[in-house]
Amino acid sequence: MISIDLLFEAVLFGILLGCFYAAVSLGLSVAFGLLDVPYVAHPALLILGSYFTFLLSKTGLDPIICGLLLMPVFYLIGIALYRFYYETFERRSSDTGVRGLAFFFGIAFIIEVCLILVFGVDQRTVSATYIGSSLEIGEYRFPYRMLVAFGIAIFLTTLLTLYFSKTFNGRAIKAVGQDEGALRLMGANPVKIKQLAFGIATAVNALAGAMLIIVGPVEPAMDRIYIGRTFCVVVLAGLGSMSGTLVAGLILGIAESVVMMTLGASWAPAVSFGLLLLMLGIRPQGLFGR
Amino acid sequence: MDNMRRKVIGTGTAALVAASVPGSLVFAQGAPIKIGMSMPQTGGLGAGGQAALIGIRMWVDDVNAKGGLLGRKVEFIVYDDQSNGANTPGIYTKLLDVDKVDILIAPYATNPTAPIMPLVKERGKLLMGNFSFQVNSKVQHDMWFNNAPWNDARGWSEGFLEAGKNAGAKSLAVFAADAEFQQNLANGAREIAKNSGWNIVYNQNYPGNNTDFSSIIRSVRAARPEAVFVACYPNEAVAIMRSVNEIGIGSQVQIFGGGMVGLQFTPIMQSLGSLLNGVVNFNSYVPGMKFPGIEDFFKRYSERAIAAKVDPLGYYLPPFNYAIGQMIEQAVNATKTIDNKKLAEHMRKTEFNTIVGPISFDKNGERAKPRLVQTQFRNVKDNDLEQFKSPGKQVVVWPAVDKQGDVITPFDRARKAT
Repeated sequence: MISIDLLFEAVLFGILLGCFYAAVSLGLSVAFGLLDVPYVAHPALLILGSYFTFLLSKTGLDPIICGLLLMPVFYLIGIALYRFYYETFERRSSDTGVRGLAFFFGIAFIIEVCLILVFGVDQRTVSATYIGSSLEIGEYRFPYRMLVAFGIAIFLTTLLTLYFSKTFNGRAIKAVGQDEGALRLMGANPVKIKQLAFGIATAVNALAGAMLIIVGPVEPAMDRIYIGRTFCVVVLAGLGSMSGTLVAGLILGIAESVVMMTLGASWAPAVSFGLLLLMLGIRPQGLFGR
Repeated sequence: MDNMRRKVIGTGTAALVAASVPGSLVFAQGAPIKIGMSMPQTGGLGAGGQAALIGIRMWVDDVNAKGGLLGRKVEFIVYDDQSNGANTPGIYTKLLDVDKVDILIAPYATNPTAPIMPLVKERGKLLMGNFSFQVNSKVQHDMWFNNAPWNDARGWSEGFLEAGKNAGAKSLAVFAADAEFQQNLANGAREIAKNSGWNIVYNQNYPGNNTDFSSIIRSVRAARPEAVFVACYPNEAVAIMRSVNEIGIGSQVQIFGGGMVGLQFTPIMQSLGSLLNGVVNFNSYVPGMKFPGIEDFFKRYSERAIAAKVDPLGYYLPPFNYAIGQMIEQAVNATKTIDNKKLAEHMRKTEFNTIVGPISFDKNGERAKPRLVQTQFRNVKDNDLEQFKSPGKQVVVWPAVDKQGDVITPFDRARKAT
């Protein structure tokens, strides 16, 4: 019989785990949720962010600072990726879904192979004072690396929510996802707006990638683990909702943590996809979708 | 006359060129002997697979430098199975039907090897095993010969559980990944534990793609075991050790580890550093174990590994992969054939001399005299690769024949021991 203390600890840790899931899914929430682009290369760019952080941190910089410094670089990568996608598929408007899917899968494989060629297949980690130790409150212990993930998730969600609701460009990005034609009538260029959004979605991956390598070691093929989980969070949230992404991540994290503690870890993946199926059955638009 | 002169000059030049080429490259007539395999070069087992591949390639280069096998060059064909067992049956079908290889070597590790066993048995081919565990126990292929230094589950967990018992531990926690190898290993430990009076207080499996182990370690701590047996692959080993350090496993734990694949790989040992201290885990070779030729092998291996950006020490897999080549070489030279049936017949009754010591096989094609060791990490420092080259950082605690010291218990004390 599981004790209340242990259950409480599982919930608290689930919150940290959920924030981690939310942070790695936010970029996808913008690209897939708002723009409807099948951005399956998202986890590969996340891993790329981790590896760039690994490289930059060798200079002695803190991994979080590395992630922040990499954001502009990833923004430009995102813009270049969208431009290529637009010119090749979207502008020709033929089968953008399937072809786009193939294109981004291709990008993911190219990133994976390049990482293997440059770094080899060994796991890579970074070091920082907060990695490997934990915050002790009474009987409870919380790994600092998960607290960092919690902080990054809250920071990114707040930033993106404010940006999408308070700024002109942010509102335009939300509008382009709803009605591209109407946005064009308002005098805004939908392609440029989408390009901006894609740049933001990819820039978020730089910081989330830094968080990923703080939380655990990474290796080039690790993106495959995150494809299912990130799409699950985004669909569960309701496509395009930033706060929804955080809430969906939390639900998933808490459910997984409690299941691991009670039923056993083998059941954890079934929880993610079971919740997704349940949500699609009773509320297809997701928790916060309209 | 001119024609004759040209012929003489041509023949003379050819003879001179042939004479200037090292004897290694001059082969008798005949097509090359093809040796084929798949190897995990990417994915979770990729780091180990790439290091192992260097070991095999070194043997291929060495044997070709000596004139090949039966005067024929050895051609080595390898494909990346991405650490995925779903890919290996297709790859081995291609090796047999398209590449027409003469001798097959299994991929590194149990999970990619298990799916090819029925195919290889059906085709009646010799298969040199490569650190698999119990893949032939049900298939019973009589042409399977595993290079791994273990035999059954007893050899894996017996020493670990014995050390725990000696320290007064009575309760056991077992957690393992949901995959062929880890389950075989954990089931072996569970069975031995049950038969020898252990009280199993935590017994769980986790999915192979698990990213964080904090919840599992919390549950293990809550169960208050006195020994913790873990069966995992490299991807999970680092995350498990980090969580143990962060969450704590409980001061009552006497012994921790057992079947953690990954803690033998230099990059992982280097990245974990002092977090390894106290862990008792299996290994195939550690400095201090003496085998003829192994020092020279590691010297040559290191140069190639550093250039290839893989495990620079390569204690775990590479010498055993070189040994696969040595066994093939000795069998082919003794039987003067590459006929798989005749080779298998010879292998069943022969003891081979290799750089990892003498190897002979039992009726299941597993090691007749297992030489798996349990070692305890001690006084490991952070960020120091060189330390792993000397004896003393991984002290052999079992079996008696290789023993370098006694197990330090409890786990908490062992972590601080110098």
